[in-house]
Amino acid sequence: MNAINSDINLSRRKFLQGAAAGAVTAVAAPVAEATPFGPREPRQLPPKAVGMLYDSTLCVGCKACVSACKQANGMPVEQPAHLAAWGEGAWDMAEDISGQTLNVIRVYQDGNMEQKDREQDGYAFVKRHCLHCVDPSCISVCPVSAMQKDPETGIVSHNPDACIGCRYCVYGCPFNVPQYQFDDTFGRIAKCQFCNHLQKQGKLPACCDVCPTGASLFGLVTDLQAEAERRLAAKPGEMYAFARGKLGGDRPGHEAPLGEYQPHLYGEKESGGTQVRYLTGVPHEKLGLPKLPDYSYAAVSEGMQHTLYKGMIAPLALLGGLVFLARRGVKSHDDEDSSS
Amino acid sequence: MTALAHRPLGGRILTKPVFILGIFVLIGAYFIARRFLFGLGDVSHMSNGYPLGVWVAVDVVVGTAFGCGGYAMALLVYIFNRNTYHPLMRPALLGGVFGYTLAGLAVMIDLGRYWNAFNLLMPWYAQLNSVIFEVALCVMAYTTVLWIEFWPVFLERMPPAFKQRFNLEKLQAFLKRYMFVFIGLGVLLPTMHQSSLGSVLLVMGSKLSPLWYTAWLPLLYLISALTMGYSVVLLEATLVSRAFRLPSESALLAPLSRIVAGLLALFLVIRCGALLAGGHMDLAFAGDRSGNLFLIETALFLAPLFILASPTRRASQRLRFLAAICLLAAGSLYRINSYLMAVNPGNGWIYFPSAPELMITIGIVCLEILLYLLFIKTLPVLHGSANESHGRLS
Repeated sequence: MNAINSDINLSRRKFLQGAAAGAVTAVAAPVAEATPFGPREPRQLPPKAVGMLYDSTLCVGCKACVSACKQANGMPVEQPAHLAAWGEGAWDMAEDISGQTLNVIRVYQDGNMEQKDREQDGYAFVKRHCLHCVDPSCISVCPVSAMQKDPETGIVSHNPDACIGCRYCVYGCPFNVPQYQFDDTFGRIAKCQFCNHLQKQGKLPACCDVCPTGASLFGLVTDLQAEAERRLAAKPGEMYAFARGKLGGDRPGHEAPLGEYQPHLYGEKESGGTQVRYLTGVPHEKLGLPKLPDYSYAAVSEGMQHTLYKGMIAPLALLGGLVFLARRGVKSHDDEDSSS
Repeated sequence: MTALAHRPLGGRILTKPVFILGIFVLIGAYFIARRFLFGLGDVSHMSNGYPLGVWVAVDVVVGTAFGCGGYAMALLVYIFNRNTYHPLMRPALLGGVFGYTLAGLAVMIDLGRYWNAFNLLMPWYAQLNSVIFEVALCVMAYTTVLWIEFWPVFLERMPPAFKQRFNLEKLQAFLKRYMFVFIGLGVLLPTMHQSSLGSVLLVMGSKLSPLWYTAWLPLLYLISALTMGYSVVLLEATLVSRAFRLPSESALLAPLSRIVAGLLALFLVIRCGALLAGGHMDLAFAGDRSGNLFLIETALFLAPLFILASPTRRASQRLRFLAAICLLAAGSLYRINSYLMAVNPGNGWIYFPSAPELMITIGIVCLEILLYLLFIKTLPVLHGSANESHGRLS
């Protein structure tokens, strides 16, 4: 199966994930306590924010969302060199999001992969794309306002005409989402913009539009949050009516037994909250969803900047003092020189 | 007038070292041309896991710290009013001019959409929360200030007839009269952007090892810039006086290295204090890459502190020189570690610079040395030279 072939070696990453988890708790403590400056106020979710609920237990790994995304956004087929012979150039085999791939399905596999959504001797799918953070680091670091968050929908979009290609959004994103096209002479930053252009025409984002099982479900973030909580509260194995396309839309849904979810609803609080929610059967660290604190690192860095540069008072006062001292210094040096 | 004591070194310009440096510059230029023709991926190993490579970490983050000689000396000479150090001012300033100008060149090579770079100056694109925005504006402004501070050197060298024709005497008088404003700016701007180079990393959060991630990053970066700036001055003064057989500036350099030792102690106290307070000291002995890098780095910081802490060791030119080298290595490693080697984006990403990528960095460094040599030979930069000294270094 294509998805399995484009697998990532998740077991190799156990160590890294563990280290990252340790790092988060380790970093969180001093940032909260012994810091010279406090973080800036957290940002709030826009009231009409749109988002996505990705239910890993519903995903069958067909990757229809990946090809629909490519079509909707005019992205080329991607063929990693080591897989080129296998697919004979016929279809897309992106292994991860990249400058040519805004959305991808990856697979977790362990042991003999006997059962879906099981941590041991099992496998599970996970979707990678922009989570449209409530308090995005990419916007905070961008020097030229190329990254923008829509005040109504909360969609984080990118303006290539403003972008200078410094790639600090790539560097700073806790989810490694923005991708620069390194192989292009005039590369640009590629990231999921939640099919902004389709939504303006009243259509659904391509990935949610084509998903056959409703694993990718579009809707208002508040509605999706309630739906996710409903699924978490219900009994695993019970028959449940799953919506397709858009939550509360007019498409027919389908009934299926409810998966056995991990209790943590990923994306709700991570990095100060996002507009995407992940329900998974396997712990999210195993799926490459990093463990993050419930505040955005952007708030930490902006807190520092706002304290140091509040109203430019401190730098201006410092400049005044320095100019005064420099004047005195230059003058006394001249006197010394002429007297000697 | 102190200015009278500054003179060009003279001597041949096209010497063997200049040719060797020139070859490296040309190799770098070839790969720079390839980067603009075929894109960043053609010459570099940067990836979307490690989107910043050696050009930012070495040429900009380390390069500008090497260029802080001018900043560190201006602080001492003009702000703390230590006129005795004045002879070291111009060579330090010149190091700053090239350190910063060529860091700017490296940024233009590194920017993925360089043709939009002027957007940084367009008020409607300004993003005031961005640390990088502040760094970019400060570095641009400071590079301009450095050239203005250096202008009197050109003016002194110009033939009077030429100056008269273009009315440059007026400019010279203006610069002399208002230089204190530029000196003030020339201390403020590096204070801002060198600390901000540390603030940039605050957004990295758990991607950066806790051995480097602390809210004190801005202060640590500022102190490291100052210590590296003074070390460059120590190094330059020793090298130049030996190579060109100038009188040693030992009487100045020994007390200067005492200041360096003080700053260094402060750096280590904050660094280790923050680690102990956060409870991450155990990570240093974990035996992994981050832990080992931290230990090497700390050893390199402790060695110069040990050397410079004692007055007898400070008096030795050899030991001072060694201390300066250790400190520059330590500061460089600290900066490269925190921008690259201690960063873990997860997902199995790794980064090691490609040969062309390194050749561009080496080419830029060689260009820096080349221009420095050219300038000290032709312009009145060095102080109190013996009348008929001829270059041996190059």
